[in-house]
Amino acid sequence: MPYDSPRQRRNKLSQSTGLLRTCFYDFHVSRGAKMVDFAGWQMPLQYRGIIPEHQHTRTGASIFDVSHMGRLIFSGPDALNFLQHVLTRNLAGTAVGQSHYSLVCNENGGILDDVIVSRYERHFLVVCNASNREKLLAWFAAHKGNYNFTLKDETLQTAMITVQGPKAIRLLDELLPEPASDIKHYHFAAQHYLIAQFSVFRSGYTGEDGVEIICGITAAKLGLNFLFKKGADSSSELLQPAGLGARDTLRLEAGMPLYGNELDEQTDPISAGLGWAVAKDKEFIGSSALSKIREEGPRRRLVGLFVEGPRTARHGTNVTLNGKIVGQVTSGVASPTLGRQIAMAYVDAAHAAAKTPLNVDIRGNSAAAVVTDLPFYRRPQ
Amino acid sequence: MPSPTDRYYTDTHEWFKPEGENVTVGITQFAVGELSDITYVEFPAPGKALSAQKMFGEIESVKATNELYAPVDGSVAEINEGVKKDPSLVNQDPYGKGWLIKIKTAAKDFSSFLSAQQYDAKYPQS
Repeated sequence: MPYDSPRQRRNKLSQSTGLLRTCFYDFHVSRGAKMVDFAGWQMPLQYRGIIPEHQHTRTGASIFDVSHMGRLIFSGPDALNFLQHVLTRNLAGTAVGQSHYSLVCNENGGILDDVIVSRYERHFLVVCNASNREKLLAWFAAHKGNYNFTLKDETLQTAMITVQGPKAIRLLDELLPEPASDIKHYHFAAQHYLIAQFSVFRSGYTGEDGVEIICGITAAKLGLNFLFKKGADSSSELLQPAGLGARDTLRLEAGMPLYGNELDEQTDPISAGLGWAVAKDKEFIGSSALSKIREEGPRRRLVGLFVEGPRTARHGTNVTLNGKIVGQVTSGVASPTLGRQIAMAYVDAAHAAAKTPLNVDIRGNSAAAVVTDLPFYRRPQ
Repeated sequence: MPSPTDRYYTDTHEWFKPEGENVTVGITQFAVGELSDITYVEFPAPGKALSAQKMFGEIESVKATNELYAPVDGSVAEINEGVKKDPSLVNQDPYGKGWLIKIKTAAKDFSSFLSAQQYDAKYPQS
């Protein structure tokens, strides 16, 4: 099996300009995390193991460090107008304290990133993928034009964690200054403890209930110690750290796209099943291209697949019908919750209906598959 | 933990241990660390002829699929049914219960392979 040894990786690290570390780096190492390079950051891939961390998120409460994600602040008189220009979502009805999922597209309707935008009293926060932060900063600068706004990148000054799982909200109700259960889905609240300010968002990327918390770095480290000390007191071992490996398997079960797998500059939101996040009543960069795709219908659609057999269909695997290639897998995994192979794939529109039988060509072997509606997993209501 | 000294190692992160006319083959702790949770092993059929440094099977983890390479020429004498049923044995005990296959081989000269010390020096675990 070919991989870089830790020494080779360490050598690369010292040769390069250096990877970024979140403020929780020491915590991860102290908990035995396997650290990997991700989008220019050293992040924990796993602690105990991807599968136990995944399962714990579905049964208890897991905490993830997501500080590597970009946090961009837009303020000034034209902040809203500019965001309306560059985002697919219509923010006209967004209340203070509310968040929306949106895409950033180019003129062809190709996806530059998927983001969450939140409205504060005097500014907007855009949380973006770590891998696209630099690209978006350049894109926003290039399209600033005469819009009068200020863009501040607060990524390196702040930290972000997310607590997810069926026991997450109840746990945080006990630990936070104000109850997490008071915060509505896709809304957020500004809270504070002594002089530490933080924002608590009722959202996540796992298919479980939970929150995402953003705060300054000093407060973050104190906050993490507090969560673990108190979390351990109130129910021992309830709160467990989970890494990026489990984050990926969880979001896939929840049918959520990942930039770089399901989304990229060659795919559009309509084909990706994200038309609900694309305004029909607003002009923005890419709006005419996307209207056209909506009118004509996308040529390919993102679907879920149940794959038979023990082998995982990975990114790039061909999807076939009667020997003809009709699509490509974008992500695949042996689902820890469902106990079977699942995958997301772009498939020609004619064969994208649920229950359509297809095949996937896994490393030369054909496995039977069937199209299924997303998500694969929905949490018990 | 240093790698066991009673066997040989390859640059593709397999270990093998001569036992009579067979060698027992598995993957190293280093490889297990890179793979994370192992979900499936694709075994060759018993009796299949194998060539040194050619792929004899595949090992799947939650993260990725990787090839397994035969260290020596020979034929498949036995596959580990325990691992076939429960691939996590490889994560739990890669040098013991997590062995993968036994190759019947006439090879006797293993001087070209890495010793435990050489392997650990070349691939230190982080």
